[in-house]
Amino acid sequence: MPTLHTVNKSAFERNSLESCLSVCKTDASVLLFEDAVVSGLQNTTVSNQITQAAGSGIKLYALSEDLKARGLSEERVMPEITLVDYPGFVKLTVENDRVQNWL
Amino acid sequence: MKFTIQINTGPYTHQASDSAYRFTQAAIDAGHSIHRVFFYHDGVNNATEYSVPPQDDRNLQQLWSELATEHNLDMIVCVAAAQRRGILDENESKKNGKNGVNIAPGFEISGLGQLIEGGVQSDRLVVFGD
Repeated sequence: MPTLHTVNKSAFERNSLESCLSVCKTDASVLLFEDAVVSGLQNTTVSNQITQAAGSGIKLYALSEDLKARGLSEERVMPEITLVDYPGFVKLTVENDRVQNWL
Repeated sequence: MKFTIQINTGPYTHQASDSAYRFTQAAIDAGHSIHRVFFYHDGVNNATEYSVPPQDDRNLQQLWSELATEHNLDMIVCVAAAQRRGILDENESKKNGKNGVNIAPGFEISGLGQLIEGGVQSDRLVVFGD
């Protein structure tokens, strides 16, 4: 019964990503969108947490349109993170059994 | 698959309403059905017809209205949140002794029960907010 978690705030502004990862099961997926896409950039203070989460089996995604809107190139995103578009976002909600939105 | 979408912020406070609109459109394009779109808290500000943004700005209120007409969406505005923020339909306006009606086409004022029903009847509830 996997869950899709969505996080929409930067990890440098709020602790929703940290809270989310702390309760995520290893079969969960986490989508970073809106301001949260900056949390997926390489070499930040939360990169270790993301690497650890990915290592435990959690699948991580970021919304490419929100990256683009913030002038961030896809090359700057951590390799552990898969980029998706809106159709991909919808697909993630379908593939998982429920959606938990961290607001 | 059946979706209910909940929106908690207005068009000018946060990106949430834009994200919800893009998600809803993508879900419809993928062949899914939208059981209900529920506007709650400041999200009720998406339902005012009296908003006149500059011509080069996106007009989310209008976009939601058009999406509702095009796909026959059930778009519900929470009554208590709407009353606080001055979103009125004819019935609420009369009941509260006001002169105007500002709810945009495609929106309907109803109660929180509609959110619960939407959550129960749908396969997925997706919430957008601050």
